[in-house]
Amino acid sequence: MGQIIVMTSGKGGVGKTTSSAAFAAGFALRGRKTVVIDFDVGLRNLDLVMGCERRVVFDFINVINGEAKLAQALVKDKRIENLYILPTSQTRDKDALTKEGVEAVMDELRKDFEFIICDSPAGIERGALMALYFADQAIIVTNPEVSSVRDSDRILGMLAARSRRAELGLAPVTEHLLLTRYDPHRVERGEMMTLDDVLDILAIPLLGVIPESPAVLRASNVGLPVIMDESSNAGMAYADAVARFLGENVEHRFVKPTRRGLFSRLLGRPV
Amino acid sequence: MRIFNFFRSAQPPKPESSAHQAKERLQIVMAHERASRDGPDFLPLLQQELLAVIAKYVDVDQNKVEVKLDRVKDVSTLEVNIELPSRRPGTQRHRVTLQGATSS
Ligand SMILES: Nc1ncnc2c1ncn2[C@@H]1O[C@H](COP(=O)(O)OP(=O)(O)O)[C@@H](O)[C@H]1O
Ligand SMILES: [Mg+2]
Repeated sequence: MGQIIVMTSGKGGVGKTTSSAAFAAGFALRGRKTVVIDFDVGLRNLDLVMGCERRVVFDFINVINGEAKLAQALVKDKRIENLYILPTSQTRDKDALTKEGVEAVMDELRKDFEFIICDSPAGIERGALMALYFADQAIIVTNPEVSSVRDSDRILGMLAARSRRAELGLAPVTEHLLLTRYDPHRVERGEMMTLDDVLDILAIPLLGVIPESPAVLRASNVGLPVIMDESSNAGMAYADAVARFLGENVEHRFVKPTRRGLFSRLLGRPV
Repeated sequence: MRIFNFFRSAQPPKPESSAHQAKERLQIVMAHERASRDGPDFLPLLQQELLAVIAKYVDVDQNKVEVKLDRVKDVSTLEVNIELPSRRPGTQRHRVTLQGATSS
């Protein structure tokens, strides 16, 4: 039976879609059959980040409504074996997500995939609730920034009270913190909360720290999950986080500032 | 600071740059989205009607219907592959392929 993982945050723009694409590609690159689902109904974007936007025929909502079979809506990644994308509808709204409809899709995917990643929309309404409801594990994507940390706490509360596991009294959803857009230089200057500050407040196990990196924009420009940019800090940090998720013991990198030469400091370029 | 202008190019992004690819990908996908905005979601209907016609002659398994779409600059190509069941076990199976293109 496959594991359902929700990538969630409460707040928008913190890196859920970037992280969903990176984890999905990371699992698949390690030979684990993975599907990544876009739950942001009406604002389809995962297809662009995954670079399959030209091949979307049917979507998640078509499957829920019985207008297409699941096999027809799954888009197979052209570069990576074992990787599939289930895009969302660009024209309908989040009311199209019914609990029964989502459950039927999840049950079918569970039989065939090892990992099912649910890319949650922002907010705490229907779309976000449906994305987390069936989760076995939750990756809480957080930025070292006040509103993001508070919203993450709110989402942790929803996982504990309103997920399927909570409602049925099963073992709770496993929680992981993914701290993204971390800038060690600003942390050093005291302009940004430290990793320890965030861990103190949220008190959940740390899965990884993803540095602020220009590679993320470059990757989304061309529709390639950033984990495939193996020379970038963000790509390496995602690869480490995927390894940790799979049980490997990998040390945290990119949490300390790198020493920069005079020239790069003058240019003000992030490393 | 003029010396540092050497490092910043004033020219539009080069064709192979990632920013250029971003713009091109967006133009393709958004042209199609704008064209179909508020219109009916015709693909499910098209598929259902095609299947209804074929089902008059043979039993088709919905899971054996493959629909592929590819969008390039001005043209979308839709390809529908339908695997027909063999009449008797062991005999050859058939496949119907329908292909259509629209340009905008
Ligand atoms: N580690 C990072 N470094 C730099 N930019 C990032 C990073 N992670 C995400 N971003 C940028 O932040 C924006 C929001 O990311 P996205 O993954 O779409 O967030 P969400 O899905 O949570 O709304 C995007 O422009 C993305 O390129
Ligand atoms: Mg998103």
